Amino acid sequence: MSQDFRLDSVGLINRDKKLSFKFNGKKYFGYEGDTLASALLANGVHLVGRSFKYHRPRGFFGAGVDEPYAIVQLYRNNETEPNIKATEQELFDGLEAKSVNCWPSVNFDIGAINNFLKIFLPAGFYYKTFMWPKSFWYRIYEPFIRKAAGLGVASTKHDKERYEHKYEYCDLLIAGSGPSGLSSAYAAAKNGAKVILAEDKPRFGGSLLTDDVNIGNQSGKDWAEGIIAELKTMPNVVVKNRSQIFGYYDHNMLVMSEKVSDHLPKTKKYHPNKRLWYIRAKEVLISSGSIERPIVFGNNDTPGVMLSSAAKEYLKVYGVLVGKNPLIFTNNDSGYETAIEFQKHGVQPTVLDSRKNPESEIIDEAKSLGINIKNSYVVVAAQGYKKVKSADVASISDDKKQLGKIENIKCDCICVSGFWTPSIHLASQSGNKTKFKEEIDAFVPGISKQQETTLGAANGVFSLEETLQTSFSKGSELSKKITGNDNEVSIPNVVEKKFSKHDKFWCVPLPAGKNYKRFLDFQNDVAVSDIEIALKEGYRSIEHVKRYTTLGMATDQGKTSNLNGLQLVSEIENKIVPAVGHTTFRPPYTPISIGAIVGREVGKHSKPTRKSPMHAWHEKNNAVFVDAGVWLRPRYYKRGNENLFEGSKREAKNVRTNVGVCDVTTLGKIDIKGPDAAELLNRVYTNAWLKLPVGKARYGVMLREDGIVMDDGTTTRISENHYHMTTTTAQAANVLSHLEYYLQLVWPELNVNVVSTTEQWAGAAIAGPKSRNVLQKLFPNLDVSNEGLPFMGYLEGDLFGVKARIFRISFSGELAYEVNVESDNGNFMWEKIMEVGEDFKIQPYGTEALSTLRIEMGHVAGSELDGRTIPYDNSLEGLVSKKKDFIGKRSLQRSAFTAEDRQKIVGVVPLDKKTSIPEGSHLVKDDKAPLPNPKLGHISASCWSVEYDNPFSLAILKDGKNMIGEKLFAMSPLKNKVIPVEIVSSHYVDPKGERVRS
Amino acid sequence: MRPQIEFSYGGDASVKRPELNKEISDQEWDDFVYNRKSLRGKHLELWQHISGCRQWIKVERDTATHEIFKTFKADEEVA
Repeated sequence: MSQDFRLDSVGLINRDKKLSFKFNGKKYFGYEGDTLASALLANGVHLVGRSFKYHRPRGFFGAGVDEPYAIVQLYRNNETEPNIKATEQELFDGLEAKSVNCWPSVNFDIGAINNFLKIFLPAGFYYKTFMWPKSFWYRIYEPFIRKAAGLGVASTKHDKERYEHKYEYCDLLIAGSGPSGLSSAYAAAKNGAKVILAEDKPRFGGSLLTDDVNIGNQSGKDWAEGIIAELKTMPNVVVKNRSQIFGYYDHNMLVMSEKVSDHLPKTKKYHPNKRLWYIRAKEVLISSGSIERPIVFGNNDTPGVMLSSAAKEYLKVYGVLVGKNPLIFTNNDSGYETAIEFQKHGVQPTVLDSRKNPESEIIDEAKSLGINIKNSYVVVAAQGYKKVKSADVASISDDKKQLGKIENIKCDCICVSGFWTPSIHLASQSGNKTKFKEEIDAFVPGISKQQETTLGAANGVFSLEETLQTSFSKGSELSKKITGNDNEVSIPNVVEKKFSKHDKFWCVPLPAGKNYKRFLDFQNDVAVSDIEIALKEGYRSIEHVKRYTTLGMATDQGKTSNLNGLQLVSEIENKIVPAVGHTTFRPPYTPISIGAIVGREVGKHSKPTRKSPMHAWHEKNNAVFVDAGVWLRPRYYKRGNENLFEGSKREAKNVRTNVGVCDVTTLGKIDIKGPDAAELLNRVYTNAWLKLPVGKARYGVMLREDGIVMDDGTTTRISENHYHMTTTTAQAANVLSHLEYYLQLVWPELNVNVVSTTEQWAGAAIAGPKSRNVLQKLFPNLDVSNEGLPFMGYLEGDLFGVKARIFRISFSGELAYEVNVESDNGNFMWEKIMEVGEDFKIQPYGTEALSTLRIEMGHVAGSELDGRTIPYDNSLEGLVSKKKDFIGKRSLQRSAFTAEDRQKIVGVVPLDKKTSIPEGSHLVKDDKAPLPNPKLGHISASCWSVEYDNPFSLAILKDGKNMIGEKLFAMSPLKNKVIPVEIVSSHYVDPKGERVRS
Repeated sequence: MRPQIEFSYGGDASVKRPELNKEISDQEWDDFVYNRKSLRGKHLELWQHISGCRQWIKVERDTATHEIFKTFKADEEVA
């Protein structure tokens, strides 16, 4: 297919390299250096999508980051990415893209019926209409809206691309490589400052690429190229294209997203797709330029209506004509620049200027070229549905209120210029309170909040000469302050055209009897009438108007719409724009890939995976693993076709009848040393610790200051001033911080040191009636009898040449021991245990069996110590000392904590002895009671009791101590279950605790 | 300068824990455990360098602007 709209020799594209691509399934070609937008326009494609709310046809409006319409679904190297701006996506060979927001196709869209409904979907439509009846929301309204609305589809596949994060420091960070960015970067670089210059586009130079100006006796573009080439040779300068600084945060930290690979068909080996830079800069220079703003008129969203500056960029950078019969509609001199470019390339434009008698150099030039210019003329409405076919135009009165007779003129595009809006986003994000600049009808940065300076067009300075002067001197001044160098840089002479004053005119009145939609926000379909409704309904604050109408809330963040919206509000409210104020600018400036933000912290990199020293053994023996905090723990060891239930039951049963071994390396371990160690423990735990003899362990419970149980575990006195504390796997880090808090801040007089030794020790729990036999074989020279190593006793021993610590403690409720060796010997220990245990039918058991054993014993764990329970609730009140003070003790006097009917742990058994009770079920008196049915308690943990071969659960139940024997219902709406249950003691097995002491 | 992610917030540093074994009213205890001013402006905070030296430090920070004015060691008197 020939490119009807491509000029022969104009532009910066590489015509030697043809690239083929597909859009909506159709094949086209473009050139290296094209964007998807310029390549489509070169092929005469203007219809690229449908609008968000009304599904009106959408074309191209801009040529860069400000684009509100041309959002596509991109396909690249078997991956898909939504919400890509066609104006930013560089063309590569084999690129595929599809329209979004249209169903079934861009040319025939069912949703467009919204467009022809008598009453348009007005502001707040969704709020008002879909609220009733309530039951319709989930079933009917929401699925429909979701299908019809939304931009693009996120891939459900794993993203194979890699994203990197990088931290960088510099003296000057410069956002934007237009005239101002280049000048300040050059001046600062010459003073030896460390400079980072960031440009979001592939090409450096900003407006110099398209403006007809002269710097230092060369074209603006050539000057820019020269400066960039020199900067690239300097070791103290980093220049980055395709890099968008999108967020300005505290302490002068800015974040930049560098597109490393998006312009290539495939990411190169070892390259990331994107790189996110966290940059801390001593000084930030914001040279982000300005964005042209539209003039609002009827049907101004028709494909073919676009910014005049975009038309100029397509022509000068890509050699593409956006139309062959263009109409330029302007209120300032910028429109003439575009008109002159058209005229120079053989296309005759017509210029409509809202001003009465504008006079300037550039207008004279346009006149001398023979361009048809109509003053005091406006576009009333664009005509054409999928593409502009003509325009209704009229003269306008001096007060801009009355339209003359409407005429229709043929055109194939309308290029609009409503003057320029400085891009103040970054300055505003830094905390700069912006101010309204009357001469340009726009906001500019005010007093700097952080170390930031805004220069050039971003600061509302539209003269090139002034921009270069201020930027060169600011670059010199700031770098001199930092480096102490003062290298003179001469400012080149500038030739530019002087512009005359723009017209403060932004919206064309509706002609009598016409009801054209006049859009302010093109991406969210917010029209003038929507703002009017919002104000009529009483919305006053611009922040509220924004949220109610969704003005400026689309992915383009209102880059082309905000100021016109403010103009409208100020006009209706009869306030001046600065009094209305603008909405808050928040990062990111433009949408950033989630992948880039997440960086490498995905999959296995999202958190460290901790494995015990015995992990390889578990793997070899068919362990099925489960995430336990950051640890991987065997859940059960699969035999044959066993499932989790069968396997864990077998393992638990074997512990009750023979002996089992469990990897308990993951338990938190804290080494505590110092003369005041006992005193610390006495303050931290609820029970007494001062009299614990050396060689003995004790179970302890620690509280937060609010009286809630924080953690439990055993601590053993290894020697006079040396203790070994264990914590639960989940709370290990918090308990360490907790101890450090009290030692460093509250009781610094205590002479104690604490350090985590979790990973220094490998642990194995040997549990079951035959565990002593196993232990005796492991330590043949030790007296491990009930007298030699009684319950809660501690011994040190030699395990076949390896130093071991032996604790007689039990979580399973059976006679049990925990053996610790240094981590490196963990696997050796484990294999020895399995070896000597064989005679006693030892089996390894996983966390599921561990849970079963502790649940039927009524031992509490994380599901009971859930941050809402006090010692009493867990039947641990016997461990609360009445004599001494400890952390959180005073809170236990709270009336709720001492209430007669305070919740308490109980056991729960289903009446049918068959139905397992889902964890989280609520306990209620009457399963038929009207909702909300009063909840008496909840099931905290469930298991299949291996002792009694029926289901058993633990519950935290209101007035638990008086509920034993009661019949209740366990209800789980999630699992759709109602189970009649009986309340029993939480100590379901061995209530007297004889086994652990046997 | 260290990135914020190495640190963990630990609450208001001006709160003093009542001494152990001291009779204390419900009100005083509530003030210690629960009642906090949600200040806008300068605030003395506790932070722990959890992914580092594990020191608890006091940080004078502006809650509105996030400006950090001064830091103190755990045992240092706040000037």
